[in-house]
Amino acid sequence: MLSYVIKRVLLVIPTLLGAAALVFVLMRLIPGDVCVVRLGSSGGTFDPKAIALCHAELGMDRPVLIQFLDFVWGCMRLDFGTSMWSGRPVTTEILARLPISLEIAILATLVAIVIAIPLGAISAVMQNTWIDHVVRIFAVGGIATPSFWLGIMSILFVLNFTSAVFGKPWMPPIEYVPIWEDPIHNLSMAMLPAITVGYRYAAVSMRMTRSAMLEVMQEDYIRTARAKGLIRKLIINRHALKNALLPVVTLIGIEFAFLIGGLVVTEQVFNLNGVGRLFVQAVQNQDYTLTQGLVMLTVIIFVVCNLIVDLLYAWLDPRIRYS
Amino acid sequence: MSGMSREEETMTRKDTGTHRILKFGLAAMVAVGVTAAVAETPKRGGVLTFMIPADAGPSHDGHRETTFAVVHATAPFYSVLIRVNPSNPSSTTDFQCDLCTEMPKPTDNGLTYMFKIRKGVKFHDGSLLNAQDVAASWSKIVFPPKGVASARQNNFVMVESIKAPDDETVVFKLKFATLTFLPALADPYTYIYSKKKLDQDMHWYEKNIMGSGPFKLTDYQVGQSIKGERNPDYYHKGQPYLDGFVGVFAPKQTVRTDAIRADRAALEFRSVPVSAKDQLVKELGDKITVQESDWNCGNVVTPNHKRKPFDDVRVRKALFLAVDQWKGAQALSKIAIIKTVGSIVFPGSPLAATKEELQQLVGYWPDIEKSRAEARRLLKEAGQENLAFELLNRNVDQPYKIVGTWLVDEWSKVGIKATQKVVPTGPWFDGMRSADFDVALEANCQNVVNPIADVGRWLPNEVYSENYGYFSDPQMIEIYNRMLKETDMAKARVLMRQFEKRINDEAHQLAVTYWYRVVPMRSYVKGWKISPSHYLNQDLANIWLDK
Repeated sequence: MLSYVIKRVLLVIPTLLGAAALVFVLMRLIPGDVCVVRLGSSGGTFDPKAIALCHAELGMDRPVLIQFLDFVWGCMRLDFGTSMWSGRPVTTEILARLPISLEIAILATLVAIVIAIPLGAISAVMQNTWIDHVVRIFAVGGIATPSFWLGIMSILFVLNFTSAVFGKPWMPPIEYVPIWEDPIHNLSMAMLPAITVGYRYAAVSMRMTRSAMLEVMQEDYIRTARAKGLIRKLIINRHALKNALLPVVTLIGIEFAFLIGGLVVTEQVFNLNGVGRLFVQAVQNQDYTLTQGLVMLTVIIFVVCNLIVDLLYAWLDPRIRYS
Repeated sequence: MSGMSREEETMTRKDTGTHRILKFGLAAMVAVGVTAAVAETPKRGGVLTFMIPADAGPSHDGHRETTFAVVHATAPFYSVLIRVNPSNPSSTTDFQCDLCTEMPKPTDNGLTYMFKIRKGVKFHDGSLLNAQDVAASWSKIVFPPKGVASARQNNFVMVESIKAPDDETVVFKLKFATLTFLPALADPYTYIYSKKKLDQDMHWYEKNIMGSGPFKLTDYQVGQSIKGERNPDYYHKGQPYLDGFVGVFAPKQTVRTDAIRADRAALEFRSVPVSAKDQLVKELGDKITVQESDWNCGNVVTPNHKRKPFDDVRVRKALFLAVDQWKGAQALSKIAIIKTVGSIVFPGSPLAATKEELQQLVGYWPDIEKSRAEARRLLKEAGQENLAFELLNRNVDQPYKIVGTWLVDEWSKVGIKATQKVVPTGPWFDGMRSADFDVALEANCQNVVNPIADVGRWLPNEVYSENYGYFSDPQMIEIYNRMLKETDMAKARVLMRQFEKRINDEAHQLAVTYWYRVVPMRSYVKGWKISPSHYLNQDLANIWLDK
């Protein structure tokens, strides 16, 4: 097992290098640069000498190859440099945003698991009944509804509902406060985005749970368990569901990794100062170093999540062994 | 208080008959007046939460940054030498001292300005601010040392030297007398920094905030919010009224509108689209007040003179003649942040063209049918009856994309087939800077109304290298240089008309519809007055909450 984990971790290095090279080249293919955006985006007049000075300050006047080698050398030392936009270290910029993104991802995952696994299992067990149909409609609705639209609608609903019932519109707080400082404030802010993101996430997982359960329920060992006279609840919980969870866990792992940096629009809709919003800012500002740092982070998160999922397989299905 | 005493006096007199009725009437009138006066007497206390409609600026250094996000977030922490009068910010000529004690009269034929600096002003770290700090800050802006960026260095080409002969005096020596100097000095980004800090590290203020303004920094959450608390040592007596403020960065319009609606925030200072204002007014009624103003910002149509057929003045003129600015502005004002028709000078300025003067210019004719007939004739004469081109536009809704769409429609009315290429800010700039476009829709957004300096952006590329029209026009340069050194307002106005006429006669670039600021705010926010720029009047010292 240990050697497997070490191999997987080592495999991260070429993946990171490939991603680094790709993002380095792609960012530089976009016309314009951070200095032009910084000096000219307000529409006022500016001194062109300032652009040259900005390029020199950020090292953008050096040959591209040197810039690339510098970047790779930095990556090898886990130093992603400083943001070209703010001048702060890339790690500081990311760490300032990571807690809220992580919190939303965890809460949304919890929402998804709480909804998806029981409903998916019930839907499979009660296949083709009205309950199954309702659950499937609920799931298809979740897949078809964009999270950002649901987010806007949920805020409007809360505003209108509170206005009608209490005479004063209410919306979640607009400033993030860590959960350990003020749990009520924190959860009031995180609740709506977690539910809206979690709903879509739940819908996808629910479909997966249902189809995996349907497949498992046809297996010989389930028939054997039935023949042995085991009670239905035990067959579903102990034998069917545990085995059906393998593909669901994979899906949850990938979705969780996606949520860390992928809540681009949801974070904007709820004014969450998270990694997704930072990603958009970095690309819009053509902040090469920050974008590169964020891509590296995303790659690492995906690799780690996949590794955890693979390790979970062994726990869920003892027949699976890594060497 | 004097009102109260008048009221008491009125109520204690012995009266009878008609006199009593008259006196009661008078008493009632005085009471109403007193109520109004009391209502407008600033109250101390409270925390103002406002939205900053952008992501956080690159650094905290006002001297090097250009985005309003920086000035909205940091102006409350700093003092400036002079400023636009916060009680009368809509005026384009009313400047007053902030750190100085009296607005100076220029001496030496307009070449020397001597400012006396207030005594006893303290930085937030407790150190005393004096003329040395003012001179050091201004030197950083006007003569930045190598490796230090100053975004407004170009505005001070007239300055020869800045000196502080003693701790209470700062002297600006000019190379030539000009009307542009004082307005340029009132730029809201020209924060006064501590000389000690600058001597230690010229870049210190990029990552730190420490001024002498009405508020002291208490917290900055990277990319999320900024907080300040009242500076008890502030030198403008009685101010600030607020205990503190919170500025929340929120680039999404819906978030900001919802936050005002739910009273999570009281206002945003930039501007909102008309639809957002209407929604707030409809939903909140008298809990919302709205301030509106013409804005010292507008869009500019720039044909690329380097590219055929826009090297032909007839084609460029046809583009301008096809556009009905008068009707367009009226219609677009219902959906976009635009309203007033103007040319190169902000419409509220004494140097701006009157409506009659404007209507003489190409692109502003009052009879649009005649104008479009002339456009068709010119296109035919130039052999461009089937002209088709691409309009390079910026991926910003308000008002770029709306104005761009309107222009495309206007051009279609003379048979021109224009399509829009809408791109993000970086590629938009890159297209213009590399001259890789047919016609571009640019923006021209200035802060203090300083017409002669503001119109510098219209100068040919050889003088102002960020003019993307790529034309050469020695006559324009000659007129501008005379105007820059003219100190008589009436003569400057004449020169401005010549400069403007030249731009329009040659159809170099066309100013289209000035933007319009609409600031809805919670009715309990008092004391703040709108100005022609979202960069101005942002130190929050005069704001109070009527809660």
